[in-house]
Amino acid sequence: MPDTPKLYKVTIDNITTEVEPGTTILMAARKIGGDVAPPAMCFYSKLKGSGGKCRTCLVRVAKGSAVDPRPMPKLVASCRTNVMDGMLVESMTNPDVLEARNAVVEFLLINHPLDCPVCDQAGECDLQDLSYEHGKEGTRYEFKRRTFEQEDIGPYIKLHMTRCILCYRCTYVADQLTDKRVHGILDRGDQSEISTYISKAIDNDFSGNMIDVCPVGALTDKTFRFKNRVWFTKPVNAHRDCATCCGKVILWNRGDEVLRVTARKDEWGEVQSYDGKPGWICNTCRFDKKHLNDWVIEGLTNIKRHSVIGQGKYPGLVMPNETITEVMGGRDPKLMMDIHSISDVNDRDINLSAIPGPATSETFTPNP
Amino acid sequence: MQLTQRAKQVNRRPMTALEKIYLWNIIKGMSITLSHFFKRKVTIRYPEQKRTFSEVFRGLQVLNRDEEGRERCTACGLCAVACPAEAITMEAAERLPGEEHLYLEEKYAAKFEINMLRCIFCGLCEEACPKDAIYLSQSFAPANYGRKGFIYKKEDLLIPHPKENPEAYRKALGEKKQAAVPLPNASLLEKGN
Repeated sequence: MPDTPKLYKVTIDNITTEVEPGTTILMAARKIGGDVAPPAMCFYSKLKGSGGKCRTCLVRVAKGSAVDPRPMPKLVASCRTNVMDGMLVESMTNPDVLEARNAVVEFLLINHPLDCPVCDQAGECDLQDLSYEHGKEGTRYEFKRRTFEQEDIGPYIKLHMTRCILCYRCTYVADQLTDKRVHGILDRGDQSEISTYISKAIDNDFSGNMIDVCPVGALTDKTFRFKNRVWFTKPVNAHRDCATCCGKVILWNRGDEVLRVTARKDEWGEVQSYDGKPGWICNTCRFDKKHLNDWVIEGLTNIKRHSVIGQGKYPGLVMPNETITEVMGGRDPKLMMDIHSISDVNDRDINLSAIPGPATSETFTPNP
Repeated sequence: MQLTQRAKQVNRRPMTALEKIYLWNIIKGMSITLSHFFKRKVTIRYPEQKRTFSEVFRGLQVLNRDEEGRERCTACGLCAVACPAEAITMEAAERLPGEEHLYLEEKYAAKFEINMLRCIFCGLCEEACPKDAIYLSQSFAPANYGRKGFIYKKEDLLIPHPKENPEAYRKALGEKKQAAVPLPNASLLEKGN
């Protein structure tokens, strides 16, 4: 008997890789990387038991295994199907799979309100990316979309049930990260909704991670609500010594103001792991440390080139030496107009990061 | 050395007595001048007369309201991100209960500014807007002595209220948009006749 367990050979989109037995097709595809990996809305590798609900990761198994080479009769959810030795998988090379994915996106968007102009998740939303890649421009749905009242889940989290795609990720976070789960899915089928029982507040120390795992804008940060669009804020990596969590975060800044704190994400949109442990962050780091002095800045976060968040950010930028004061003999150049003397936007007296919720008309009315 | 074929030999002989009184040359010159009295003028008397703009003219931005007079803008920032001149800035706020008659969506632009010194009137903001909230009208920014006058704020850009000030609203809509919006009393007038 060999000491090392036998590795399974699996071919996905004509790329062969070797993985340990018990690996799912999705994780094997992620090992190959790039476009081969099917998109996933509900599966989250750091949450046990997640996956199998949204069906966006459907793939075709053209050959079951080396022993039993028959193809699987239907498309399978790659996040819940384990690889077999000699398995042949078609993901993006099969037109049937792409068509099925388009159909799944259409289903996911049936009840989605598409209020992206209002939603804080826009710009980093998995559903936005997915429908941009696979969705149709129009909708064939003619009926009324289901609507819910907005709900506060605890003091920091806002739930927009209308935007939810029922991926169950947040309930797994509550189950596995916090000591006591107080929210879940109520009702069944078309009527199912995420809620706390009798609006019971969630005050567990790691509950904020639900915001990060939510693939859509159903769970959003109330301390960041409507303060700025994601792509106008500047993400920087930062860390602090935290007793309860790893303390490694991304700060989303506007000038010197920290508007939002999130956990760092890896290339699959999941929380980054450090030494094999997922880097969840605690609520103190996420909601209470909104000052640059609380953090040690590491540098600009690496943003994907095609992401809208990357607009206007230039990593590795070397600024040329400013020579104006030298030429002018130490004097500052005479400005034709100082924009801050006339502009109302970005008023230095209004500290958006200091107010707990969204700005309202009261925030901007000058105090006598 | 001859450079071109168009070179003309200049006649340098002294002028005759008849040529010295310039009478013929004056008549020749004046006839050209006078003939222009009877031709079509290429200029217009600007402040009194105005040229009609083409239908796709891109002028000053207008922030639109819906037919109830609620502001359409939700401060989504798409115009600002589309703007190649980075002229548009805004700040969003949440609609409070009781402000539903003022703003269409739960989020609205509390501050909205366009720096007309930067704006190049390309119309990309109009194209980017998902809410039909900003469009380029058929008027242009009036001249100003100071630079500060070119920072247009929300009050300067917002279209007049269609219920409280329907005349100004229709005027601000311009000819282009008016075709799309029927007169409020048009159907009543037809029935009366």
